[in-house]
Amino acid sequence: MGNVNLATYAKNTWCPGCGNFAILNSIKAVLGVLIEEGFPKEKIVIVSGIGCHAKIADYINVNSFYSLHGRVVPVCEAIKLANPDLKVIGFAGDGDTYGEGLEHLIFAAKRNVDINIIIHNNRVYGLTTGQYTPTSPLGFKGRSTPKGTTEYPINPLELMLSSGASFISRGTSHGMELLKKIFKEAIMHKGFSLVDVLQVCVTYYNMYEYYDKRVYELEGHDPAEYNKALAKIREWDYNNDSKIALGVFYKKERPVFECAFKDKKIDADAKIKELLNDRA
Amino acid sequence: MNNFSILIAGKAGDGIDKSSSVIGHILSQLGYRIYIYRDYPSVIRGGHTFSIVRCSPDKIATHLNTIDILLALNQDSIDLHKSRVNDKSLVIYDSTSVKSDRGIGIPIGAIIKELEALDLMRNSCIIGAMCKAIGIEKDTLEKVFRKDISKEIELNLKTAFRGFDDAKEFTKVEKLKHKILPVVTGSEAISLGLIKGGLKAYISYPMTPSSGILHYLAGIAEDFSLKVIHPENEIGVMLMALGFSYAGDRVAVGTSGGGFCLMTEGLSFSAMAELPVVILLGQRPGPSTGLPTYTCQSELNFALSAGHGEFTRFIAAPGDAEEAYYWSAMSMNLAWKYQVPAIILCDKTLNEGAYSFDEDLIREIKYQEPLLWGRVGEYKRYQNTENGISPLVFPSDKEAIIKVNSYEHDEFGVTTEDQNLTITMQDKRLRKSKYLLEELEQYETVKVYGKKDASTAILFWGSNKGPCVEVGEKLGLKVIQPIVFSPFPLKQFKEALKGVKKIICVENNATGQLADFVKFYGINVDKRILKYDGRPFSLDELEQKL
Repeated sequence: MGNVNLATYAKNTWCPGCGNFAILNSIKAVLGVLIEEGFPKEKIVIVSGIGCHAKIADYINVNSFYSLHGRVVPVCEAIKLANPDLKVIGFAGDGDTYGEGLEHLIFAAKRNVDINIIIHNNRVYGLTTGQYTPTSPLGFKGRSTPKGTTEYPINPLELMLSSGASFISRGTSHGMELLKKIFKEAIMHKGFSLVDVLQVCVTYYNMYEYYDKRVYELEGHDPAEYNKALAKIREWDYNNDSKIALGVFYKKERPVFECAFKDKKIDADAKIKELLNDRA
Repeated sequence: MNNFSILIAGKAGDGIDKSSSVIGHILSQLGYRIYIYRDYPSVIRGGHTFSIVRCSPDKIATHLNTIDILLALNQDSIDLHKSRVNDKSLVIYDSTSVKSDRGIGIPIGAIIKELEALDLMRNSCIIGAMCKAIGIEKDTLEKVFRKDISKEIELNLKTAFRGFDDAKEFTKVEKLKHKILPVVTGSEAISLGLIKGGLKAYISYPMTPSSGILHYLAGIAEDFSLKVIHPENEIGVMLMALGFSYAGDRVAVGTSGGGFCLMTEGLSFSAMAELPVVILLGQRPGPSTGLPTYTCQSELNFALSAGHGEFTRFIAAPGDAEEAYYWSAMSMNLAWKYQVPAIILCDKTLNEGAYSFDEDLIREIKYQEPLLWGRVGEYKRYQNTENGISPLVFPSDKEAIIKVNSYEHDEFGVTTEDQNLTITMQDKRLRKSKYLLEELEQYETVKVYGKKDASTAILFWGSNKGPCVEVGEKLGLKVIQPIVFSPFPLKQFKEALKGVKKIICVENNATGQLADFVKFYGINVDKRILKYDGRPFSLDELEQKL
């Protein structure tokens, strides 16, 4: 790999050491390989929300839709439904899609639309300068919660499992090789896939050391077994200090949502006339 | 008798709505022009529901309060509509359950039992009785029943014929030599207009009074290969629409005020990213949940100003089924040509009212391709052009990288905060308004009816067309209807006002939003006739108020 240049002229404005670089470089590598393997570059569409993560739309030289805060998922769904030949990859933040746009995420998982959603889960609002998010641990001291939060985080993977997601996985921004592997598998999965990336915000919530001590790669895990996936997903609840598993927790193919009607040549004017005549 | 109104009433869930359609179709077979007004509460079963079917030799789009024929399926139908009937009115009622001191009593309840028919078929029985009472032949009744009723048709017909046989002829409606026109609801006219305009996808979350469009399009989706989707909420609706738009599918969404509130962030995005979308905004009384199943015209200001930021938008408010068809198609064309959001202001009266639909009254609509990329040089989604319109191309085009952005962006679509570029791009988007307004001069954006040289004019918009035009013609007044509100065709509007000394503005809202709107352009309205009880003006009511 390395022959496909996916860079744009946009100046990268992420902080030095930002976990987003690992996601950017991993996805560029994966897309580069896909393109080299013959997947047409023009059939790739990336969508992003609003937040530090979202700048990725400016940084990758493919079709892109730089959306609104929380509104990555419905856009991905629509693009895929409009043109099923496209490979649609959504990048979203944890505040963005586990908070503002959670409802869309649940429904996309429920419908099993064939899209891939990658969450830059740094567990803090970066671009708005350091507030708690749906996955910040209990007691998180942010600028909107100076005395610490009094609420527990959600476990997004458990939520996704119960919503019907057919592919659920987790990686970190300190482990590009695994991240690339997961991204490729998620992108190739037919159906709704979620990759939760524990992406570190060096400025507002530097968790590199914390994660490094706890993460391990899933081995001998059967992702087709719902109950085993659930148990592994529940091992770390985004709040306790247990070990943190990485890899594919759940993967099961089931029918994907699509608009049932195939394009056919129709004389719309004649059909309109026919429908009107039915009312005469 | 050739100009009359039939009121059919009963409980919600009794099938009153369907019955009124069947009655409309029957009278339509005799060459009549039909208008159906539907009044129902926000409940699934119970509560009083009624429909008024008005029939006339001339095209109509409003109802009358005075009723010539009352079809009563329960006691409320007699008691609640006393003020609408007079000595000459004919009352047909179910004598099994309803007491009336006059009219034709048919023991409908008993007949249903005897024939082992369904309760819902009481409608068929009373329609049969009505046909006999006003001299409509059995053949006509049967023809319409076979077309309109799919379930248990034989039993329905048997019940209707029994009602027919048990009634007696009271009068004979004239058979007219007019061409038979289809009777369609505003929602159906809008739906077909959107398809005429190239609709590929319709996204909507159910909300009265726009659900009819969703239901109708979902029902005919396969015929036209439409993608009809009902997502999780109206935010999802709007953002999905923008996704379809990006992918090149002509798309529309439908909602009411509350749902539109949720769509406004996406509306603003549509303008910034220049992703065309058509929005059916079905008005109903607010604020907030208001009166969900009733009517009003209180979203003109909202449509004009919804969404943050300053941007070009197209807004049209059609007044009847033909205009609904025409402007739905045109909105689609214009939204794509100028890459702007287009709003069609409609309301419960228009969407759920049924009208005789005359295609011959509709001006030609040509499907217009948007400006497509000529494949010269590197593709720039936001290429800065003289008229502000950038050439379009859609994924997956081999030669183009298509980047759209909610941030201010450069021509390629990459985010910018550059001062000069910000001005350039904002000017580019706003400039489209000027060219859109120029194009609008080709179309009938302001209509004039009534006595063209009268010095007093009725000014109205939207679904008030029916009562305003009819009463204006009757009283010898000029009647003026602005249809497009953004960009506002001021030149055409001033032309329409020539010779007018007194303006009476008629609106279904509490403040007079159109009157205030024209005041901004220096035009003063002399009198405001406002109605905001959730019900549309009837012809007689408006005449009285004038």
